[in-house]
Amino acid sequence: MGSVEHAVSETEQHGPAKGITRWLYTTNHKDIGTLYLLFSLLMFFVGGCMALTIRAELFQPGLQLIVPEFFNQMTTMHGLIMVFGAVMPAFVGLANWMIPMMVGAPDMALPRMNNWSFWILPFAFSMMLSTLFMAGGGPNFGWTFYAPLSTTYAPPSVTFFIFAVHMMGISSIMGAINVIATILNMRAPGMKLMDMPLFVWTWLITAFLLIAVMPVLAGVVTMMLMDIHFDTSFFNAAGGGDPVLFQHVFWFFGHPEVYIMILPAFGVVSEIIPTFARKRLFGYVSMVYATSSIAILSFIVWAHHMFTVGMPLAGELFFMFTTMLIAVPTGVKVFNWIATMFRGSMTFETPMLFALAFVVLFTIGGFSGLMLAIAPADFQYHDTYFVVAHFHYVLVPGSIFSIMAAAYYWLPKWTGHMYNETMGKLHFWLSFIGVNVTFFPMHFLGLAGMPRRIPDYALQFSDFNMVATFGAFLFGFSQLIFVYNLVCCIRSGEKATARVWEGSHGLEWTLPSPPPYHSFTEPPELDKNNTGQS
Amino acid sequence: MRCNRRALLYAGFFYAPLASADWQLNLIEGATEISRSVYSLHMVIFYICVAIAVVVFGVMFWSIFWHRKSRGAKAAHFHESTWIEILWTIIPVAILVSMAVPASTTLIQMYDKNNAELDIQITGYQWKWRYQYLDQDIDFFSNLTTPADQISNEAIKGDNYLLEVDRPMVIPAGKKVRFLITSNDVIHSWWVPALAVKKDAVPGFINEAWTLVDQPGIYRGQCAELCGKDHGFMPIVVEVKSAEDYQLWLQQQGALKLAQQQSAERDWSVEELMSRGEEVYKQSCLACHQAEGQGIPNVFPALAGSPLMNETVDEHIDVVLNGRSGTAMQAFAEQLSASDLAAVITYERGAWGNQGGAVSVQQIKEMLKE
Repeated sequence: MGSVEHAVSETEQHGPAKGITRWLYTTNHKDIGTLYLLFSLLMFFVGGCMALTIRAELFQPGLQLIVPEFFNQMTTMHGLIMVFGAVMPAFVGLANWMIPMMVGAPDMALPRMNNWSFWILPFAFSMMLSTLFMAGGGPNFGWTFYAPLSTTYAPPSVTFFIFAVHMMGISSIMGAINVIATILNMRAPGMKLMDMPLFVWTWLITAFLLIAVMPVLAGVVTMMLMDIHFDTSFFNAAGGGDPVLFQHVFWFFGHPEVYIMILPAFGVVSEIIPTFARKRLFGYVSMVYATSSIAILSFIVWAHHMFTVGMPLAGELFFMFTTMLIAVPTGVKVFNWIATMFRGSMTFETPMLFALAFVVLFTIGGFSGLMLAIAPADFQYHDTYFVVAHFHYVLVPGSIFSIMAAAYYWLPKWTGHMYNETMGKLHFWLSFIGVNVTFFPMHFLGLAGMPRRIPDYALQFSDFNMVATFGAFLFGFSQLIFVYNLVCCIRSGEKATARVWEGSHGLEWTLPSPPPYHSFTEPPELDKNNTGQS
Repeated sequence: MRCNRRALLYAGFFYAPLASADWQLNLIEGATEISRSVYSLHMVIFYICVAIAVVVFGVMFWSIFWHRKSRGAKAAHFHESTWIEILWTIIPVAILVSMAVPASTTLIQMYDKNNAELDIQITGYQWKWRYQYLDQDIDFFSNLTTPADQISNEAIKGDNYLLEVDRPMVIPAGKKVRFLITSNDVIHSWWVPALAVKKDAVPGFINEAWTLVDQPGIYRGQCAELCGKDHGFMPIVVEVKSAEDYQLWLQQQGALKLAQQQSAERDWSVEELMSRGEEVYKQSCLACHQAEGQGIPNVFPALAGSPLMNETVDEHIDVVLNGRSGTAMQAFAEQLSASDLAAVITYERGAWGNQGGAVSVQQIKEMLKE
């Protein structure tokens, strides 16, 4: 604790600057983490409003509220904003806050780059959102922007979309470099890689995925830019190009991208379950290997998004088998979490509730993923609401619930105050019900034959669409409880202790709540209670 | 009267869909051997998932119930076991292998495109399908027929709302039919659930698929790949006929073609052209250029007041016949008959205040020859 007291006095000497410049010029990992998290929350609501617009239009058959052109812009922007604006920055925010504290470092390795990688984002997203007000409308070709719909047939605003994607890519790559540099260079003396908390491990692997695939995304949008403005024909069949090439390049980025959005979630859940089960994580080593296997496999499964594109039989079989294989390491992770709970001593605070819901609902998303892997059956599921149900199950009660769990878990550490537990539980139960009422019926809609991305539908799909819309509004408005709880927790609340939770383990809990401005100014002493294996 | 009808519609707002309640939960078995084996694959993998879920969630809920602190549970200290990790790696692999075998078999069957008795080329257009019977000299477009007032909730929706077309694809029962699928503009996807056929229509590629339907019937589907603003409005209808009925249909198609040729031969008055032109416009042009020819700014150009519609007649005809490369403007020379082309061009030059003057069927025929 000696080092901690020393750190507190350091804070008094050079604490945060005052006013807006604190946030503009900050190089502090906590300030930047906070900026990332608040930005992501804002984008979560912007993307959420778009989702509710979509659901409101789909409440009834027929066109009621919006025209199909605008509907397509909403589905596109909802996807882009949730993926690049809500989920990814939230995990980068968590990484910024937690990685230095978990590995015993004073800050991130590259603090000035850290500032830059955040401040690119507001500009990138302002530019992307501004396309909605441009003549011809914003991007309307789906978040997967398949050529030639996104090139020859795109609205003029597509150029701004491409520029915005470039900026997000730069931001992500810099964030990833920073995470890797911090983890590899700034661990407390004596902390081996296999001592790191799993959240740190999953982020290390995620950061390598980001560095591997963000340039591929940059490449594919640049090829689009060339096709649109410089008369190249990468994706234009009339000029000898190949529209299917677009999909191969996009999904070579796109599939690792979906693991970028779920691996840190695995890390979060692997921190929370042992804490509230009061029992060490079962199979730490196998968790690390399983995460690595998932990351490696993610590079050789991309064409399962393209089973109907007309691949040769050998291609279909290869991608079917590799995709099925992913179920194995993913299963290992789920089994390990359950073995951790088994014969533990469990309590059910809000973070644990979200983590448990994550395990169940993410697994359901995994099951539908396994079904989708069966290529002949995928011909029936592909591009229907079954797929929409699948990826929302892994992203909303998957990624988003893990982010919520992380927020409740570490909020007392960040703010020094406990959040309101009753309100947290209410938020959880309404979200849990809302998510399932929204997305479960979508499985049925897809199986009954409703294609995705349509603004109007045949009458046999009416009932479940109505149910889904009710669920979506319940889920959406429940999130306001979180905001209220968050504001209350920042402003006031019961004082939190350093350990916060009875079963907490790891270096971040050795710091006071809230932690000093520079986390560990002197390397902490490690004992078996402070490392990931604990 | 109209007001009343509206009130009635709004009154039925909540009840209308419930009245036609379907609540369909599962995939359909479909009408072909392939679709039935897809269905059984779907059910097998589903039951495997359910079985795994029961075991995994069972243990989880057991722990949540019995191993909770409030029941006085004390945490055990075990935290790893190599043999159990190996076990729960090997068992899933075994399950997956047992699943991969039937899946591969069905897939190989689906990829056997030999010995088809009939070839139909399917071409996706923004937002309609074209069916060309390669050996029969039959070639037509299939458009949505759901009226606009049903879509805008001003009329009661029909039973096949959004799933009805003017000319369905017709195929004989009991014969293997091969589909050659491609696209004229963006990527579409031709999907009929009852046939378990879903294949992307990609410009520059020809994809193959096939079906063999045992029983006559009508099967409906939709475009499955986002293809622009009217993606939700390009349905597919396949009518499977018995051998005799199919022959009859073939003869009708010959007669229809003859009638079309004759209509191009006769003289058309300007009034006739204008009224026919309005129908053709609604069918083929309205989706982009809009009801009043106003277009959508920066996306689809306006026709009302356009110099193309008011002056340069040859250029106007050229654009309609051959399209504009690099834009969404399609070539209509193959889509419409000479008389329909003359009608729609005349309509565009005479409607919404345009003063371009009529064109004759003869003019179009000469341009088509070039």
